Amino acid sequence: MSDKAYVRTEMLEPRDPPPSSVGPIHWIRENLFATWFDAILTILSAAAIIGLLIEVVPWLLSPTWGGTSLDNCRKILAAANHDGGACWGVISERWLQMLFGFYPAELYWRPIAAFVLLGVALAPVLFSDKVPGKLLYFTAAYPFFFPWLLWGGTIWGPLAAAAGFFIGYGVYVVASRMVGNLTGVIAGILAAIIWWLVLSGYAVDALAGIAPIGIEPVESRKFGGFMLSITIGVVAIGASLPLGIVLALGRQSDLMIVKYLSVWFIEFIRGVPLITLLFVASTLLNIFMPPGTDFDIILRVLIMVTLFASAYMAEVIRGGLAALPKGQYEAADALGLDYWKAQRLVIMPQALKISIPGIVSTFIGVFKDTTLVSIIGLLDPLGLSNAIRADSAWNGIVWELYGFIALIFFVFTFSMSRYSMYLERKLHTGHR
Amino acid sequence: MSQLAVDREIDRSKMKVSDEVAIEIIGMNKWFGSFHVLRDINLTVNRGERIVIAGPSGSGKSTLIRCINALEEHQEGKIIVEGTELSSDLKNIDKIRSEVGMVFQHFNLFPHLTVLENCTLAPIWVRKTPRKEAEERAMHFLEKVKIPEQANKYPGQLSGGQQQRVAIARSLCMMPKIMLFDEPTSALDPEMIKEVLDTMIELAEEGMTMLCVTHEMGFARQVANRVIFMDAGQIVEQNEPEEFFNNPQSDRTKLFLSQILGH
Ligand SMILES: Nc1ncnc2c1ncn2[C@@H]1O[C@H](COP(=O)(O)OP(=O)(O)OP(=O)(O)O)[C@@H](O)[C@H]1O
Ligand SMILES: [Mg+2]
Repeated sequence: MSDKAYVRTEMLEPRDPPPSSVGPIHWIRENLFATWFDAILTILSAAAIIGLLIEVVPWLLSPTWGGTSLDNCRKILAAANHDGGACWGVISERWLQMLFGFYPAELYWRPIAAFVLLGVALAPVLFSDKVPGKLLYFTAAYPFFFPWLLWGGTIWGPLAAAAGFFIGYGVYVVASRMVGNLTGVIAGILAAIIWWLVLSGYAVDALAGIAPIGIEPVESRKFGGFMLSITIGVVAIGASLPLGIVLALGRQSDLMIVKYLSVWFIEFIRGVPLITLLFVASTLLNIFMPPGTDFDIILRVLIMVTLFASAYMAEVIRGGLAALPKGQYEAADALGLDYWKAQRLVIMPQALKISIPGIVSTFIGVFKDTTLVSIIGLLDPLGLSNAIRADSAWNGIVWELYGFIALIFFVFTFSMSRYSMYLERKLHTGHR
Repeated sequence: MSQLAVDREIDRSKMKVSDEVAIEIIGMNKWFGSFHVLRDINLTVNRGERIVIAGPSGSGKSTLIRCINALEEHQEGKIIVEGTELSSDLKNIDKIRSEVGMVFQHFNLFPHLTVLENCTLAPIWVRKTPRKEAEERAMHFLEKVKIPEQANKYPGQLSGGQQQRVAIARSLCMMPKIMLFDEPTSALDPEMIKEVLDTMIELAEEGMTMLCVTHEMGFARQVANRVIFMDAGQIVEQNEPEEFFNNPQSDRTKLFLSQILGH
């Protein structure tokens, strides 16, 4: 036997790690002062952060919440011996306007209810494992309820809009049985469109004549502030995801027409700046419309922003589809799942999961892009801030106003980003 | 290359070949673009047959069995599976796919679903089996492939051999009459190969009609009733395993056998 041979006679018990490798001291050494370079960076960053705080905190803490104009603020600051503080008077005076635009104050409960209910409608979608699935019925009904709460008018409007879906589906079921599936789909879509564009108007008038149930209407030009941004953002986000999925699938379709329509649509919309689309919505569309048609400006903007977002969404989802191995399609086929079932049960859940970061980036981008509507004269927070700054009392105010807008946008976009991280973690099902 | 697939006795008594035809392929040709990948394939498979398809890489083995469940489209000739002819009619394709199970080299499990959900997906959505019944059947087959305890894990948490056994269970849950295997053990380590072959042997013992593309010649000897040798898109030789291995006729077969068995 060689002298390298060795047999262990006693097994070792586990010990605690040495103190230098656990605890806060260890964490600091490891993360902040691991090398000389790290140490210098840490010190420089700390100095920069402290310097910034010394500047910003006194500015933030200025006692000007009661100020009624910029001059008045300056007087308060001089009296309090607090030079160079912020003038918060503009926020405390105008925050309701920043939130609701010129929406009638006695009707504020309607947008508030709409957004609270929006949270309820979103809950079963966002937190499907914690919220009872029955709430999804409410989610399905909500898109019809939401505009009614905001714009008001007769209850028959949203009901007629919802009826369009049932009519389309009914026609599809009947037609697909008689003349085949594809024709059935086309007939269903046509029936729904005819209903919405032509017939539903008469139906609503007739029903409203018989049973005038409704709430006070509010015109679009009174909409503004964050209420407007969120409305545009939510609709564009909610509609662009399904539209983007359809476009991404269309782009991969074997049917030539479907494929080229999707490609052209995506490339065209992506190739044009959103501003251009918004100008088309605000001015050009009127030229093409028959005179006298009253096509709501916010509705036009909603359509444009949605189309814009869905083109980007389609490309993001196409990336997810491309990342899926071909074997997934083959396994689904081999098990006898048809195209739509394979897409819904196998392909899309995976493709969407892969695309979450891109989808959420697009969402965030769309939400921030809603501020562009100020250029065509809608009073979103930026549009309002221009109006406020034009007021002689607040002429010259900058940081307070934009800071407030930025903060609220940040709260929304940051929540979206955190949610996407939560979702990615939840959907993680082990290494592949 | 292992000579024997498993060390236990294999019960060949139940592996009866019936007179009824399961698959009939008549004068089938297929091209990929201008590349003639399958040339004049004629093959009849009876119920209960266990056929091993062997041949060098690129000879068209995968393409052949993928034509049988229409994962690939053939351009000439007829393929008739359980009495239904494969044509471009989608109804026929759906019908055939529900009769034919397929196991892939890379398992192709659905990573976003648990093992149990993988097994119940198609029965619920294609066969419209009630969920409870589908789950019971899935558990039955998972027990058969000896991994019922993994039912609620995700495929990413299983070993390769376990994943392949789940893939087999998933196919079986559709109650297929025919099973196609495309190199089911090629992506596995030796130990796991044995687990999977064991499962396949059990299937054979229950009388399943099987077409296996495999390089496991031990499996071919012990389980198959017919070995088909393909080269350059053609069936070059077919025979009972005993004859095929001990007394190959064609030079191509001899060369192939000497390469994989020789030394
Ligand atoms: N989708 C395709 N498009 C074009 N050529 C293809 C395609 N799939 C396979 N081929 C070609 O067809 C031939 C046969 O392929 P096949 O996969 O059937 O071979 P195989 O016998 O299964 O080989 P292996 O043992 O490597 O799996 C190969 O030359 C391959 O390059
Ligand atoms: Mg192959």
